[in-house]
Amino acid sequence: MNRIDEKFRELKGKGKPAFIPFITAGDPDLQTTKDLILEFEKRGADIIELGIPFSDPIADGPIIQASYSRALTKGIKVVEILDMISLLRRESNIPIVSMVSYSIVYKQGYQTFIERARDAGLDGFTIPDLPVEENDEIFEIAKKYDFKIVCFIAPTTTDQRMLSITRKTQGFLYYISVVGITGVRDTLPDDILQNINKLKQKTNVPISVGFGVSTPEHARMVGNVADGVIVGSAIVREIEKNITKSRNELVKNVGGLVGELVLGVKG
Amino acid sequence: MRTTALKSKFFKPQTLPAEAPSLPDKSGHFGCFGGKFVPETIMPALEELEKAYEEAKNDPTFTAELEYYLREYVGRPSPLYYAERLTKKLGGAKIYLKREDLNHTGAHKINNTIGQILLAKRMGKKRIIAETGAGQHGVATATAAAMFGIECNVYMGEEDIRRQSLNVFRMKLLGAKVIPVASGSKTLKDATNEAFRDWMASVRHTHYILGSVVGPHPYPMMVRDFQTVIGKEVKRQILEKENRLPDCLIACVGGGSNSMGLFHPFIGDIHVRMIGVEAGGIGSDIGQHASTLTSGEIGILHGSASYVLQDSDGQTLPVHSISAGLDYPGVGPEHSYLKDAGRAEYVSVTDDEAVNAFQECARLEGIIPALEASHAIAFTMKFAPQLRKDEVIVVCLSGSGDKDSFEVAKKLGYKI
Repeated sequence: MNRIDEKFRELKGKGKPAFIPFITAGDPDLQTTKDLILEFEKRGADIIELGIPFSDPIADGPIIQASYSRALTKGIKVVEILDMISLLRRESNIPIVSMVSYSIVYKQGYQTFIERARDAGLDGFTIPDLPVEENDEIFEIAKKYDFKIVCFIAPTTTDQRMLSITRKTQGFLYYISVVGITGVRDTLPDDILQNINKLKQKTNVPISVGFGVSTPEHARMVGNVADGVIVGSAIVREIEKNITKSRNELVKNVGGLVGELVLGVKG
Repeated sequence: MRTTALKSKFFKPQTLPAEAPSLPDKSGHFGCFGGKFVPETIMPALEELEKAYEEAKNDPTFTAELEYYLREYVGRPSPLYYAERLTKKLGGAKIYLKREDLNHTGAHKINNTIGQILLAKRMGKKRIIAETGAGQHGVATATAAAMFGIECNVYMGEEDIRRQSLNVFRMKLLGAKVIPVASGSKTLKDATNEAFRDWMASVRHTHYILGSVVGPHPYPMMVRDFQTVIGKEVKRQILEKENRLPDCLIACVGGGSNSMGLFHPFIGDIHVRMIGVEAGGIGSDIGQHASTLTSGEIGILHGSASYVLQDSDGQTLPVHSISAGLDYPGVGPEHSYLKDAGRAEYVSVTDDEAVNAFQECARLEGIIPALEASHAIAFTMKFAPQLRKDEVIVVCLSGSGDKDSFEVAKKLGYKI
């Protein structure tokens, strides 16, 4: 069974939502990424969303863009990220889903890429710029490998689109909480709880919520209704703040923030 | 097939797949190119735009309004001018210049922005955003927005702001806000990213006026349709002047809107050869040029599948061109289709050849072409002498070079 399915099943039994921290692979280097994932697991994170850096992300705000640049400036390659995952798998069984731009998936070839990603120990992809109507084949291939392609729903999604997206998504559904790009925000949108509840009535797939979820308080609020809470920019910003510190110190400080967020979600 | 086509050292005979004139298909694909690769947040807006455009296109009120503004405001039709001295100097085919530089705002870009602003008005959008490279699309968008009293924000890379300061000032005069983009290479690609990011947040009340035949469906089709006024006029004008179709069409290709506008009405006329000219920059190494079709690979950029300059991981590569409007690592999906189908051919010329053509055209014809269009002229200067004197070339002079005076002066060592 895929680690993502297993995790959501386990959490459902406990009646707890998943906490899903996002970091960028190779920010500032792959050893740190590996250490951070292990640290997050220790602190109680349930699933990791690992961003594969891309030169031209259009769904990401300045904080995540900057983390992609930090990784790419050092010449990071997809194959090195997969190698790091392979090494990590000797120490950890935490589910990992990679956020990856379609440009990268297309270039690698979906069949090859999914096969390699699965062999390395990844559990799924979220591909922010691949709408459900563009590529049936990729969902079929993923199924064959028990790999997950996680789809997105936004506040702008029409009811008709919602239907086809909930049918296609695998592992969980990623609900984009705001009309906008990723980033740290002071407040959550007013309609967020209402929208999540509406979505829950349409599907039995676990719903995880991201974009703009920034504080333990936000995480708690979202966790009350959603099956998973995703925090990205707030964590990546913490990495940026600690970028000049030693690796151990960076990992400890960022881990501290993740600990607080876990507490927010799990109470 | 005429003998010159076979004799030419540049080309093979062109071919025409039966489906070519009717593309894209319903899902926005040109064969394996095109499509819609954007975040879910803006997918509904693309569907809305597609529907609104389909309706508008078939609404006589809309087409009449568009024609009215193109005639009374833009100043269409633009002349098809016989470049006699250039023709004589080169000693080959007869050269006609399609004078898009004579349009209001000095380039072909306004054909599209007038069309899209009318559509935005029809959809009830309250705000306009655009990306710009050389600033011509930014100026054309700001102009259309000013005329209709709609708020307008234009994203422009810091490097382009530096080399196109005149257009930055024009946009400001027209009441638009120019938002500098400091990410990535600080040029057109990054301005496009930033415009998409704005749209991610503003999509409910904002229309994004994309300036070229790139981006997700329906943009490549819609922008092409608005620009085909160029090719339709050329067809009429050349029949009047020469009583036959041209042998060859030549236009520059960055994203590819002026070339697609010129080419498309001729797609079915297989004996008319279509040649797109890309920016060869200062060399063939990575980062020295922007020759997407001549040296790129198929990939995804800015919402569609097309030829892209990217590395083996799918990361966009740095590009260079002296012309800000051609300094782009992607190209419209329909060009990629026409290339692979063998219906159009693509070549490149260097910065130096373009600057030379810029000066030659000024001295011989009294016309200062934009650096973008200078690429088309530079190739024409190499190509025309290979054709017979009774053959006819139409070159799209897509914009005026006034905006480039500072950049060319700098390159030639003048202080102004």
